[in-house]
Amino acid sequence: MEQNVQEELWSVTIDGNEIKVKPGTTVLQAARMIGENVPPAMCYYSKLEGSGGKCRTCLVKVSQGSTKDPRPMPKLVASCRTTVMDGMVVQNTTSPEVKEARAGVVEFLLLNHPLDCPICDQAGECHLQDLGYEHGKQKTRYEFKRRTFERIDIGPYIQLHMTRCILCYRCVFTCDQITNERVHGILNRGDAAEISTYIEKAIDNDFSGNVIDVCPVGALTDKTFRFKSRVWFTKPVQASCNCGKCSGKVTLWYKGEEVIRVTARKDQWGEVESFICNTCRFERKKTSDWTIEGPTHVDNKSVISANHYELKYDQPVIPQKTSLHADHPSFKEDKKLLN
Amino acid sequence: MGVKILTEHIGTPGLETLAVYKSKGGYASVEKAIKTMQPDEVTEEVKKSGLRGRGGAGFPTGMKWSFIDKKSGKPRHLVCNADESEPGTFKDRYLMSKNPHILIEGMITASYALGANLSYIYVRGELMYVVNILQKAIDEAREAGYIGKNILGSGYDLELHVTCGAGAYICGEETALIESLEGKRGNPRIKPPFPAIAGVWGNPTVVNNVESIAAVPWIVNKGGDEYAKIGVGKSTGTKLISASGHINKPGVYEIELGITVEDFIYSEEYCGGIWKNRKLKAVVAGGSSVPVLPANLILNTVNGDKRLMTYESLADGGFASGTMLGSGGFIVFDETASIVHNLWNFERFYHHESCGQCSPCREGTGWMEKILHKFIEGHANMEDIDLLAEIGKKIEGNTICPLGDAAAWPVASAIKHFRHEFEWYVTHKEEASRPGAYYKGEKLVLA
Repeated sequence: MEQNVQEELWSVTIDGNEIKVKPGTTVLQAARMIGENVPPAMCYYSKLEGSGGKCRTCLVKVSQGSTKDPRPMPKLVASCRTTVMDGMVVQNTTSPEVKEARAGVVEFLLLNHPLDCPICDQAGECHLQDLGYEHGKQKTRYEFKRRTFERIDIGPYIQLHMTRCILCYRCVFTCDQITNERVHGILNRGDAAEISTYIEKAIDNDFSGNVIDVCPVGALTDKTFRFKSRVWFTKPVQASCNCGKCSGKVTLWYKGEEVIRVTARKDQWGEVESFICNTCRFERKKTSDWTIEGPTHVDNKSVISANHYELKYDQPVIPQKTSLHADHPSFKEDKKLLN
Repeated sequence: MGVKILTEHIGTPGLETLAVYKSKGGYASVEKAIKTMQPDEVTEEVKKSGLRGRGGAGFPTGMKWSFIDKKSGKPRHLVCNADESEPGTFKDRYLMSKNPHILIEGMITASYALGANLSYIYVRGELMYVVNILQKAIDEAREAGYIGKNILGSGYDLELHVTCGAGAYICGEETALIESLEGKRGNPRIKPPFPAIAGVWGNPTVVNNVESIAAVPWIVNKGGDEYAKIGVGKSTGTKLISASGHINKPGVYEIELGITVEDFIYSEEYCGGIWKNRKLKAVVAGGSSVPVLPANLILNTVNGDKRLMTYESLADGGFASGTMLGSGGFIVFDETASIVHNLWNFERFYHHESCGQCSPCREGTGWMEKILHKFIEGHANMEDIDLLAEIGKKIEGNTICPLGDAAAWPVASAIKHFRHEFEWYVTHKEEASRPGAYYKGEKLVLA
């Protein structure tokens, strides 16, 4: 956007909620600002340039293009890559067409997915799992053999289980954008496409571990954490350290007294707040390596948040960002369960 | 005999050489445009001509040219889409290999109109021999001073390159073509921005089909108004039709838009009728991506009018009873053709060619192919017909590029018009799964 329109704010209405946003904001970002009826996003990642538009789960209906040109858009559009216009009216969950298309996309995403959640490390914090619960059907209509791949070790820390991949390209963008050398890409075409390193070359740089965090499913997993515990039995704790390479702001995942995993901190949309280095992620696994800041608040609605241990105790009181989800019905139900 | 604009001189020995091509009046449009016309005047002539993109979508070429961003001051590019890979379409290959200079001439004139100093011809990977023919033609044109610095002393510079894909259908989609041209994976880009704003190397770009560009010299020489006199209504000029299938004379024909479909199929000048004295069962009128129509609907519209070979007439009735002119891949089926088997073949193609970028197309095309395979193997049941239609509906319109639509339309139309055949495949499993099986039942409509 040009400098002279910086001050101008455009109004956009999503499912009846109006908000004023800067020109250049996408529909999805605007929906996230409203905080209600946010379209799900499997491939879009606000920290990664060029991401989005691929998974089609965030499709919305634009029933009025703008105040100037009120014509509706002919097709459903990907909200993550469509920028708002002044006076735009968007329908997300209020449009049956969107709901149907989204259910279709979820069905497509699950077609070749192994649904091996019971043995998948990502279960409990998997975006596809959440999406399936919310929009999917109980039974698949797919009766053919699902595509499968051999597991591949990418370096000493990361394992690629391509069978679970939904080809969101997030890891490809991560490798491209936060590290110097590009060693990771997409091979083949169509439903035979796979993410891979060239000639299975190890992703070998200080920030490679971030591909694990950006992966929405269990395709890229932390080899130091694999099969150690279900995530909902772990206790996440905010911690920091003075790291020369990264911000040092991480989440530690405890099982008992033991730190079994270190990840970057994630915001309420499941996105990393700041990328962390491999030393923090894989090598600092003692409590003494870290300054503990307090329990992590988990916003998302999947099983992991059932363990709202932070609510059980009055102490210690940790100042926290107010969450837009605090009044969410499911949140209250969780509370009931715990009492 | 209709007017021939593109194929008039094909058959002249040595037409692929500059000398022979020039003796037939070649490169006159370059001289005329560069010496006597302003770039915008050339664009204006093309607008007047009513020329529509011949690659399939039928978007007015002149209008496309006028969208190119001239204000930003960035270099502009013209890209010729010679990645002809639509099943049933083989006109560009024919034109380029027989008359390469007409494309080079069109490229120079069109580049001048757009103010492009660096233009590309992107040829499909399988057509290596065409790349060689075009390269030879470019070298000759460069020697004659039509390409390079200061063309014909006008101060206008043009570099023209032939590049070659690696053989992917998806690279015929203009943004995927641009990605591939830049040396990247041929994934379609998310639009906007459109190529007219940010195309090759992020610069304003126009992507045109071979046939559209090859029509430019004639338009510049004779005038846009003259071109607009040929054809009917908004379908002006001539069109190359690749006729294939069960006809007596398959091949590439240049037709004046506006002849009747019946004429095209049955007259001796064109297809010469259905082979072996059989009857017409169905036609795919514009390459595999367009809806298939049964005999009665392809010859006449629902209103009983004769269907013409024009963009409008073929689309008459929308997707309920019409189809599209598309790229002009005219595939004719006789009474022994199996719609279901053919559809499986098409879907197998789309499954293979899907780039895998967005989920509905990546997963849906494969799913449809597998279900169709069930039909021809004799394992399908009635629910599969509706499931197939529903998958198509879920893909259509929800993908980044039109490949999803292209895979969904043939399925939707085949089920709409030939549902009884799908049912026959379910009820006559044993007979239907034999090699060469085709529907012979009561509901067969032939012409």
